[in-house]
Amino acid sequence: MENADRTRGLLGWIDRRWPIISFLRGELVDYPQPRNLNYWWSFGFLSGTALLVLIVSGVFLAMHYTPHADFAFASVQRIVRDVPYGWLIRPLHAHAASLFFAVVYIHTFRGLYYGSYKAPREVLWSLGVALLALMIPTAFMGYVLPWGQMSYWAATVVTSMVTAVPVVGEDVVAYIRGGYEVGNPTLARFYALHFFLPFVIAAVAAAHVWALHAQRSNNPLGIEVQDSRDVIPFHPFFTIQDMLALAGFLLVLAGFVFFAPDLLTPAENFQPADPLSTPHLIVPEWYLLPFYAMLKAIPFKILGIVAMLGAILVLFAMPWLDRSPVRSARFRPIYRVLFWILVADCVLLAYAGTQPAEGVPLLLARIGTAYYFAHFLVLVPAIAVFERPRALPQSISAAIMERRASRRRRSHA
Amino acid sequence: MTTDPTKTTSANRPRRDVLGLAAWTMGAAGAGLAAWPFIASLGPGAEARALATIDVDLTPVAEGQAITVVWRGKPVFIRHRTEAEISAARAVALEDLPSPEPDDTRVRRAQWLVVLGVCPHLGCVLQGQRDGEPRGDYGGWFCSCHGSHFDESGRVRAGPSPSNLPVPPHDFRDDGTLVIG
Ligand code: HEM
Repeated sequence: MENADRTRGLLGWIDRRWPIISFLRGELVDYPQPRNLNYWWSFGFLSGTALLVLIVSGVFLAMHYTPHADFAFASVQRIVRDVPYGWLIRPLHAHAASLFFAVVYIHTFRGLYYGSYKAPREVLWSLGVALLALMIPTAFMGYVLPWGQMSYWAATVVTSMVTAVPVVGEDVVAYIRGGYEVGNPTLARFYALHFFLPFVIAAVAAAHVWALHAQRSNNPLGIEVQDSRDVIPFHPFFTIQDMLALAGFLLVLAGFVFFAPDLLTPAENFQPADPLSTPHLIVPEWYLLPFYAMLKAIPFKILGIVAMLGAILVLFAMPWLDRSPVRSARFRPIYRVLFWILVADCVLLAYAGTQPAEGVPLLLARIGTAYYFAHFLVLVPAIAVFERPRALPQSISAAIMERRASRRRRSHA
Repeated sequence: MTTDPTKTTSANRPRRDVLGLAAWTMGAAGAGLAAWPFIASLGPGAEARALATIDVDLTPVAEGQAITVVWRGKPVFIRHRTEAEISAARAVALEDLPSPEPDDTRVRRAQWLVVLGVCPHLGCVLQGQRDGEPRGDYGGWFCSCHGSHFDESGRVRAGPSPSNLPVPPHDFRDDGTLVIG
């Protein structure tokens, strides 16, 4: 317990009985990080921060919100009009949710780019995908709570998907809604789950970070840490790097909250839910658009739903679909191109998701969906066979020395 | 010789301390400011604050009558006192009061007594407003929970109440309109 002796006084007394200080020092201060981590490695921290902002603002919203079909809409209006600083807390929650998805998507694509899903980080990756799979229903159920027109019809459309299940579909839907239509029982259970699931997410995120600390971080070169020259302690360098990333994140969040508080509320949601009139175009939040496009792209109801779920599930298989021994896309000329095409494909799907399912947008949605699955199920396994990776550097520190040397050469020339 | 910039040495220590202190101070200030709106959100909302001041029409209240109005969720007793009640309230010697307060400091206009109708002991609503309710031994109100007696000025005269009935902030807009709050 060499660590415990470093803490004196009351904290030291506690630490010798419950080594929390030593633990935190080991995991957050002395923790060896690859010295070449760039800002894309701050997005896990930003995801955790966004989750914290969501839980805090959500608890305060819950103190003023009424989960009843007759009062929910009015109680949300009261929050933004009458509750002190409610005008701030509600948009904060909505935009923090939106940015949560933004940073988690970036975090996920970071993993795809640098091959962080490969051995020995498969479980870490799977826990990440599980987090994504939990975030989606949580966000959807939160969207229903204000009980405006868009909330109500989003709930109707999404719960109706279950009717596609053969034989029992109709009955299951009634159990999901707590009635034959979306109504007060639906709202009450969505509220209970929307309150509960974030704590499940927090617990899975803790498991995710635990798994990370068991294997330690990958790095932009995707090669193993070899000796102490490849690492530096987490504190102060990476704490400061993360704090700077946090400052940027909070600036963007504040920008949305103060300058576009209602950006995420479509006009329809300023009208209370009306079970007798459907809005012309039902569109989910931006972060669910690609999935929504997949649903619309496929003419057979059941297959559309399978595709939507499959889009997430296929990520679980990524460690086994990609057999290339090289992690980082920096050294994989073909994979790197495919990666950016996949990013573009997701943007395309998001666009198609905003459009009515007809004509050119429908065609784009179909191409986009087909390509998405082809990327994971065909292209990634195939290129692993014939791609010729570029030569890997000997070690992280060797690569840094090499880069410094070449920079010096250039400045002399 | 190169020095490791991540290590604290005697040469960079004062600078490190200043930077560390500045960072922690900024962080604490930011956390404090971020907590502000959340704590403020726990206070009364605009709809409650809008009712923090109420107008009461006194014209229908004849001499000797009393009415009860609700102000901030609590009952307020308004009594149109008779000459006899006023002089009784003013005749009491201050030494006889557990909580000495002259009557004229408790009213704005002698004929109108305005007090909170909640016993200062443990919060029961007092008896004596309606016809037939016991008014206690001193012509004012009586608390049936623990037996406190209040006089024509709302002052405690007997029983466990630790203080007189509080007088809410009030004023007269004109002869017929009372403003509470
Ligand atoms: C609630 C959401 C999430 C939180 C709070 C979270 C948190 C974190 C944190 C703090 C780290 C370490 C810092 C970093 O490398 O960025 C990390 C690493 C990682 N996360 Fe997540 N994460 C979340 C979701 C996801 C998702 C959806 C995926 C993938 C589908 C994922 C995959 C990974 C991987 C592979 C690593 C290791 C990366 C590396 O070392 O290169 N995470 N996560």
